[in-house]
Amino acid sequence: MKRTIPFLIASVAGFVLIIAYFVPFAEGWGESVSIWFDVLAAIAFILGGGNLLKNHLQKVSARKPGWAYSAITVAAFALTLFAGLAKLGATPNPQYPASSAWSGAYRETGTVFWWIYEYAFVPLTATIFALLAFYVASAAFRAFRARNTEAALLLGTAFIILLGRTFAGVYLTSWLPDSLYGLRIENLSVDIMRVFVTAGNRAIMIGIALGTAAVSLKILLGVDRSYLGSGDE
Amino acid sequence: MKLLRGPWLWILAALIMLLTAALVPASSGLWRMIDYERRFLAVVVAVFCGAVVYWIRHARQGGEITVRRVPGLEAIDEAVGRATEMGRACIFVPGIQDMNEVQTIASMTVLARVARTTAQYNAIVQVPTAKSLVMTSAREVVQAAYLAVGRPDAYNPDSIYYVTDEQFGYVAHLSGMMVRDRPAACFYMGSFFAESLILAETGNAIGAIQIAGTAQPAQLPFFVAACDYTLIGEEFFAASAYLSGSPAELGSLKGQDVGKIIVAVILLIGVTLATVAEISGSPALARAVELLQFDILN
Repeated sequence: MKRTIPFLIASVAGFVLIIAYFVPFAEGWGESVSIWFDVLAAIAFILGGGNLLKNHLQKVSARKPGWAYSAITVAAFALTLFAGLAKLGATPNPQYPASSAWSGAYRETGTVFWWIYEYAFVPLTATIFALLAFYVASAAFRAFRARNTEAALLLGTAFIILLGRTFAGVYLTSWLPDSLYGLRIENLSVDIMRVFVTAGNRAIMIGIALGTAAVSLKILLGVDRSYLGSGDE
Repeated sequence: MKLLRGPWLWILAALIMLLTAALVPASSGLWRMIDYERRFLAVVVAVFCGAVVYWIRHARQGGEITVRRVPGLEAIDEAVGRATEMGRACIFVPGIQDMNEVQTIASMTVLARVARTTAQYNAIVQVPTAKSLVMTSAREVVQAAYLAVGRPDAYNPDSIYYVTDEQFGYVAHLSGMMVRDRPAACFYMGSFFAESLILAETGNAIGAIQIAGTAQPAQLPFFVAACDYTLIGEEFFAASAYLSGSPAELGSLKGQDVGKIIVAVILLIGVTLATVAEISGSPALARAVELLQFDILN
């Protein structure tokens, strides 16, 4: 029963989404299913928030290594939650001028929540994202070592693509006559991307599309129930 | 009657559907039941689903299905074994999408196998999640795996926990944890975006054995560059069938192969038609190419 009901819900929701896509009069059904999922996910967020607090408070309480980071996490969580729920700094909605800031929007410019988002969250996120540049460099350094013929080909191709995207690359082969226009690095780069990369990408995409359809069908028909924790893998 | 059995029935049904989609006029009442613009897609879906269902039935009835080796899936035991020997944990990252994403569902299948192996080897598996529903599902899957190998006492629900919905907050937590705890095996299975390379490079830097699987084509090169094994697209979706070995699931892989054959045939027809139309300049062939490109495949 514990697995049959979730399976039935998943199966019915899946079939409804398929029908909604192909049958004109059932178009709205798909939207309803998506809304139900959003409601479910929103309720589940309480579960996640509770779990987050539990884990970090346990760490603080047991003074485990790095407990100070957990304390900061809990404090930041509580502050952001309070700033959002209490709508600190929000101006009252003009439609309800007599009421307090509660009639305003918690995300509007100037609120405490907005301030936390704009001056703490966004810079922190941008910092982590910026680290990606260094990771790309280290991964490229390892991937492009010409250890064998295939790796040398990869290196050569990557070199053309990278050079073709820079002004230096364009300048290097600009002396080539118009009859050899296709051999200019910027054009070689475009051709590699348009022909070879697109062909490989499409082959992968076709496999992914068929795999997605087959997995979805297996889930809808109940052939694969491993995601419900059946233990059958 | 023999002709109406097995694959012939499926081929006949496919032909009837194709002819109906091509010949029944747009004004027909039939298209009040099925969206006229999506009629060919409906035929493709029906034909493909028919192929998958047929091969599932075929496999269930004892038909032999052979699957090639997938090194990435066979390396799971090796990775968990290495973590056990080193006395370190394994981490399993199920991507950053919710349970309505098919890749996340597929990742749960691999998690079941990883959890089963960690339970057998008495190793630790940690599953930090970016979505609450994924945490709940992962807990069910891991608990069932520990029960299946007769070690329910070793199951620790606290090792499967929620971090944050925010992409880079999640990455910051994982990177920090990997550098501090130095897990010996890292599994990245699911839907990944910009975080893929940060995670895989951090794992590489700490010397962990890494196995990744995703159906995000843009992230595949990053995983290939930084991980020991990568399940590319359909291999990731085949994991469930491969790991379970159940005839029904293996049959679905054969159905997928039929889908690939159909795609290859359509590609060949399209390329030939387009080439001949270009060379001959025939308006009829050009119209056929347009029909294939914009009506059938659009």
